[in-house]
Amino acid sequence: MSAQPLLVVDDLRVSFATPDGVVKAVDGVSFTLERGRTLGIVGESGSGKSVTASTIMGLTNSATASIQGSIRLGGNEIRGASDEDVRRMRGRDMAMVFQDPMSALNPYYTVGRQIAEAYKVHHPTAKKAELREVALSMMQKVGIPNPIGRADEYPHQFSGGMRQRIVIAIALVNNPSLLIADEPTTALDVTVQAQILELMKSIQDEFGSAIILITHDLGVIAEVADDVAVMYAGRMVERASAVDLFETPAHPYTWGLMGAVRSLDGSGRGSLRTIPGSPPSLIAVPSGCPFHPRCQFADRVGERCSSERPSLHGVGGTSSLSACHLPSETVVELLRSGVSA
Amino acid sequence: MSSSDTGGVASAPVPPPAPVPDAESDVESDVVVETRDVVKHFPMRANGLFSRSPGTVQAVDGVSVKVRAGRTLGVVGESGCGKSTLARLMMRLLEPTAGQVLLEGVDITHAQGAELRRTRKHMQMVFQDPYSSLNPRHSVGQIISTPLRFQEGHDKAADKARVQELMRLVGLNPEHYNRYPHEFSGGQRQRIGIARALALGPRVVVADEPVSALDVSIQAQILNLLETLQANLGLSYVFIAHDLSVVRHIADEVAVMYLGKVVEIGSPAAVYGSTAHPYTRALLSAVPVADPKVASERRRIVLTGDVPSPVNPPSGCRFRTRCPKAEARCAEEVPALIDRGHGHPVACHFPD
Repeated sequence: MSAQPLLVVDDLRVSFATPDGVVKAVDGVSFTLERGRTLGIVGESGSGKSVTASTIMGLTNSATASIQGSIRLGGNEIRGASDEDVRRMRGRDMAMVFQDPMSALNPYYTVGRQIAEAYKVHHPTAKKAELREVALSMMQKVGIPNPIGRADEYPHQFSGGMRQRIVIAIALVNNPSLLIADEPTTALDVTVQAQILELMKSIQDEFGSAIILITHDLGVIAEVADDVAVMYAGRMVERASAVDLFETPAHPYTWGLMGAVRSLDGSGRGSLRTIPGSPPSLIAVPSGCPFHPRCQFADRVGERCSSERPSLHGVGGTSSLSACHLPSETVVELLRSGVSA
Repeated sequence: MSSSDTGGVASAPVPPPAPVPDAESDVESDVVVETRDVVKHFPMRANGLFSRSPGTVQAVDGVSVKVRAGRTLGVVGESGCGKSTLARLMMRLLEPTAGQVLLEGVDITHAQGAELRRTRKHMQMVFQDPYSSLNPRHSVGQIISTPLRFQEGHDKAADKARVQELMRLVGLNPEHYNRYPHEFSGGQRQRIGIARALALGPRVVVADEPVSALDVSIQAQILNLLETLQANLGLSYVFIAHDLSVVRHIADEVAVMYLGKVVEIGSPAAVYGSTAHPYTRALLSAVPVADPKVASERRRIVLTGDVPSPVNPPSGCRFRTRCPKAEARCAEEVPALIDRGHGHPVACHFPD
């Protein structure tokens, strides 16, 4: 049991029927995650990263969505489990932190009560004094000064960063083995973002949770992730350790994303490298490789890019997996020589 | 130099005009927009039976900046630092509480009516959210031609040609003249917003977070477009952003704001390279770096606490409550924004 990864996602497919057609939000995503590790999922809007997360949490409504594939957390299958079973796991085994802390909190209840309530769901016999104790100690752990005074305040009395700390406290109160954070710092200022990222790192050290961090910000990924999955049009196009990904991006899309990031030291002045066009609609995903209409190497390979879907395969000498028809070594070499610039 | 990455706009490598050396004349010839000690305080209304005497939100408190011809002034800071209020003061969408706003040497601080409308011809704005800043019931043609309708000597027959020329200029297909905003992607909508801003042929474009609502790959397209337009049309930009790397990329001069005041100002190389203010330093160190090796090695300054309320800002230096170097003097004396031996002005008693 101990040799098994905590989370195994296998060929996950999620689609929604809409009046305009079927939206394939997630299309064949597989990955594993071990305890104490952080997986960063990076991608642009509409790449399927948030749907992947909410499906793992059992929050995708199975009445409106078609979900296929398998999600196993600690050996238990989540897909197809009864609502009651998933509810029992949610909070205790897995928890989620959302982007906007104001809408994640209930404005009518004090923050102390909201933390206590999350605990009480899984500890129904807990007495009032114990609940209070738990709420205060969680507030302490997430770095809220003066917990005794502030537990009886309402969310609007807290700043954005402090609210996100409360949300994290609620997520962690039952010590879940998996924490999913969906753009947890996007709504925050940089100095506050730095505080929250530090907090997440220290919490992982203390609780040993596995973390899935979803973001569009490659900088945030580089700061906290051990492994990275790059998503495009509902598919995983590259998977690598953070170090390998940033050192030798193997997929043309990853490389394009990195080129679009400005550097702080001013080395990237002048025209930014861009990816032409915009991400595809998930109703009409391009055939074959979904990235081929925007890819600078597509004409090197020819028809195969538009007819055959590339699978993830290893990149020599690294931990990376990349879904591109061009041999990864060739891509890496071409990208290194700056062929496109 | 592929032309596709600039959205079809011909990119001419025209260098920006060289800066004219600072003469201590009253108005320098290359300064297009200038604020002099501009102040904006918003009075808070009492709302309720038991409310105490309301204070004022000191959004902008004595800011002097200059925007030079063909150049870009970048303004960075966190939420609530007053950068958007400063933009609106320059645009004269707000009237300053004190101080002056000058457009090409003309005082427009209290301009009204037709006089104010004439200034709009020279100064236009691009907004953050390309969804809410375009009227969903108006076609692109209507949106872009609206500014034209409010100018003297407006020739309705020429509108369509002008609009299509503008659409080509920003990399949109002119045949989409009759389409509506919802038919465009976020990046294309921002191009529509830029075309509207350029309709009157302004000298200055004030862009308030023009790329922060866009995906990174699209951000790069818009930044490249803005740079090409600047080179071809000789525009001056005021570029407001919270993203330090975006400002570094596009600005010729950077002003860092904190709680309504400029704390440090200078060239990007000066502000980012020889940083002197502790706040700028903390802000820079908080930016995540897209390189795991650098990220694990560098020392990060994590500021404690939050930005204080602009209703009752701290006495003396406004940053002192979060500053690692604060001393007694910082609470008593407001540090002036002057060159303290770093080659660029800094408002700190104990600069690095």
